[in-house]
Amino acid sequence: MQQRNISFNNFEQCIKCTICTVYCPVVSVNPAFPGPKQAGPDGERLRLKNKFFFDENLKFCMNCKRCEVACPSGVKIADLIHSARRNYDKQFPELRDVVLANTDLMGKFARPVAPLVNSLISTKPAKVVMDVMLDIDRNRAFPKYQSRGFRGWFKKEARAAQDCYRNQLAYFHGCSTEYQHPEVGKAFVQVMNAVGWGVRLLKEKCCGVAMISNGLWSQVARNANHNIAEFRKAVSRGLPIVATASTCTLTMRDEYPHILGIDNADVRDHITLVEKFLFEKLDAGEIRLVFKNDYRARIVYHIPCHMEKLGWSIFTEELIRMIPGVSLTVLDSGCCGIAGTYGFKKENYASSQAIGKSVFDQINALSPDFVCCECETCKWQIEMSTAYKVFNPIVILAEALDLEATAAANQPR
Amino acid sequence: MRYDVILIGGGLSSLVCGITLQKAGKRCLMVSAGQNALHFSSGTFGLLGKLPNGKEVSEPIAAIHKLGASHPYSKIGGGKIMEYAKATPQFFADCGIELKGNRNSNMYRLTPSGTLMPCWLALKETTVFPSRKERLRGRMLIVNFAGYLDFNTDFLAEGLEKMGVSVSRIADVKLPDVEHLRQNPTEMRSVNIARVMDREENWKQFAKEVADLLQGEEYVVIPEVFGLADPMVCEWLREMIPAEILFAGTMPPSVPGIRMQMLLKRAFVYAGGTFLMGDEVLASEVSEGRARSVRTANLGAIDVEADHFVLASGHFFAKGLLSTPKAVLEPVFGLDVSYPADRNSWYDIDFFAKQNYLGFGVETDQDFHPFKDGSPVGNLYVIGAELGGCNSLFEGSGAGVAIMTAFRAAEIIMNE
Ligand SMILES: Cc1cc2nc3c(=O)[nH]c(=O)nc-3n(C[C@H](O)[C@H](O)[C@H](O)COP(=O)(O)OP(=O)(O)OC[C@H]3O[C@@H](n4cnc5c(N)ncnc54)[C@H](O)[C@@H]3O)c2cc1C
Ligand code: SF4
Ligand code: SF4
Repeated sequence: MQQRNISFNNFEQCIKCTICTVYCPVVSVNPAFPGPKQAGPDGERLRLKNKFFFDENLKFCMNCKRCEVACPSGVKIADLIHSARRNYDKQFPELRDVVLANTDLMGKFARPVAPLVNSLISTKPAKVVMDVMLDIDRNRAFPKYQSRGFRGWFKKEARAAQDCYRNQLAYFHGCSTEYQHPEVGKAFVQVMNAVGWGVRLLKEKCCGVAMISNGLWSQVARNANHNIAEFRKAVSRGLPIVATASTCTLTMRDEYPHILGIDNADVRDHITLVEKFLFEKLDAGEIRLVFKNDYRARIVYHIPCHMEKLGWSIFTEELIRMIPGVSLTVLDSGCCGIAGTYGFKKENYASSQAIGKSVFDQINALSPDFVCCECETCKWQIEMSTAYKVFNPIVILAEALDLEATAAANQPR
Repeated sequence: MRYDVILIGGGLSSLVCGITLQKAGKRCLMVSAGQNALHFSSGTFGLLGKLPNGKEVSEPIAAIHKLGASHPYSKIGGGKIMEYAKATPQFFADCGIELKGNRNSNMYRLTPSGTLMPCWLALKETTVFPSRKERLRGRMLIVNFAGYLDFNTDFLAEGLEKMGVSVSRIADVKLPDVEHLRQNPTEMRSVNIARVMDREENWKQFAKEVADLLQGEEYVVIPEVFGLADPMVCEWLREMIPAEILFAGTMPPSVPGIRMQMLLKRAFVYAGGTFLMGDEVLASEVSEGRARSVRTANLGAIDVEADHFVLASGHFFAKGLLSTPKAVLEPVFGLDVSYPADRNSWYDIDFFAKQNYLGFGVETDQDFHPFKDGSPVGNLYVIGAELGGCNSLFEGSGAGVAIMTAFRAAEIIMNE
């Protein structure tokens, strides 16, 4: 008799209720995608019999994890789908996918010539070339590369001052902070310093989420092993690892073990997101925040898919609601359609915009001052598709805080 | 982390209670794990269809005084029930859910197997009849999607013919996007079809095919898989198809029930409530007769505190109650549950007979405060299917108990 009936990916727990299908954003726009139940637990049953049953169309899954959040039986549907892609899909990724997946390499090449690259990728001829040669949709607005990255700024302007803080943490900034949005990292350092925490940088590599989506398996395993080794060093020095991007956080905590089979059990619980970190310290009475008196904003909060999966949006909500003068409306949660590199691909552009429509419509109807969101790819998508700006919560906090008064309130007595 | 009220469960009862409290200015947190009974809803609400002795009820509110003292309705009292019943349609309309029905008398809904069952209020799109004796005159076409097995057209035909109509034909339609689903036969389920049918080109094509099939029939029956995203689609189908449409329920999951769940959740979040989807309350702290805090799977070691707690975690199926060979347990707070010691009396081996275990539940006082080790927990309220004192499936009172106890607990909390 079989003693244990639950496999690693617990597909046997599926009760065939089809609830996952209700929440899968791809199902309604792309008939070629078999849907979470079929692609996940049902398909797994067949694939275990014979790998011949592997279905190419699993690539249409955006790995948004909304199916997993909705599943009443806790089946790790998206993990099943992407593990299957890793185990059975022997096709070599095409050039376009390699280009899109290498968010850090792309940034490294682009940076020295950032102004040129930015104006080039926003010109019509370049977009047509990318569209025709690389299948990157020509309607897509590209995020702008910054000529000076976050690390450069940190080294020059901030590093020397970090030693004077009694508490120290390690910051995982991620690619978008380094290459496109250094303001997120700057805000992080400002806020952390104000509450009495010094910031150390790691020798980090891209978390690899886009490599998972695009099937660059050996490359992502290299990055994952590198990052986990770095985290071990940090943890052994007593440093918590704090990130500002929800997707990097989820990837390094859960995708490394679940999809790549890389054991991170000893460091996983030390990897956290800034909103959770700040909230816990506040809740424990270890830090204090002092806000400006005259800050006013009507904010809507778009919960990114991976934040929903982490289940930590409550921390962002609580923090933003602490700011006097802010009204916060949480959007009825849905996918914005970008899903990392998914929406950049020509074959996905139309479905990506159709998926995001409900989010865009809600934002337009509420006409806020701006949108709050932890994910930078959601930011690009929402800013391209609505008239509103999107800011990372840490940027909003840095703006709303009276940093001097906060620093004074957190002086050791 | 502190809230005014923490609600455990994300089903009908929790949502009604949470929306009421949040709109009244209470800061609410709702933790919702897993599946709830709305996913199986018939698109109708039952208040009271049968008395515990099996006698059918036609005027549910008027019959409440016939229930025993431990029944949740008896604890609320007829006067309050009347008041909440009056408020119910407007409450749901404010959440974007239009209900029909006369609150004082029951109607009859068409079940997926073609029989009639009493119900109290119904979604605007759902097929109901004013009485069991309703007669339908003329001819009827029943339409299904080719290959869709969760819609039993033969049962429906047999049931409807008993109402006087003559079913002239049962026909299938084939639409390319539904045919695509059929490549994986296990995907031919209500919500999969509903998501395909949310697309304008598809429901328009369906309406056209049905209109072409009609040969002067007065009625057409179609499966209730339309309007998941927007119930207006049901109205547009009525305009495009030249016969009276009867939407008939399918096997679960229920498309109208899921839509209702999504709209209620949206109303709660828009009112400012915090909804933790896919999270589960794992532990709780109770001391000196009061619930103090809970912990959830995603929030880890954080104790989430509140002034009031509402437990709406459902019955056995929703894991609000657990059973072992010897005992029935409420897992979150370890509350006292009423059930007979003799396990053989828990169930009847005739599956379709009245099942006693369906009447098990948490014991409470008149104000729905439960007991832990015999002492009441003063700031905890138990509502909905978790409650003992009634066998909702037998009585046809599930949604009614969920809604009425939700309103009652909210009112008590607001008055404190
Ligand atoms: C198959 C079926 C069909 C029905 N059809 C009808 C009908 O047609 N008409 C009618 O009037 N009534 C019907 N009912 C009854 C009625 O719908 C239910 O009684 C009512 O909806 C119950 O609502 P509830 O909120 O109390 O519980 P539920 O809807 O069961 O919700 C309980 C929720 O709590 C969650 N939960 C449990 N434990 C935890 C935890 N530890 N942490 C977080 N969350 C937790 C569960 O996952 C679930 O989401 C039906 C019931 C069933 C089961
Ligand atoms: S929601 Fe979960 S249990 Fe239901 S069909 Fe999907 S995977 Fe299976
Ligand atoms: S991860 Fe997202 S896209 Fe993939 S199956 Fe689940 S819900 Fe659909």
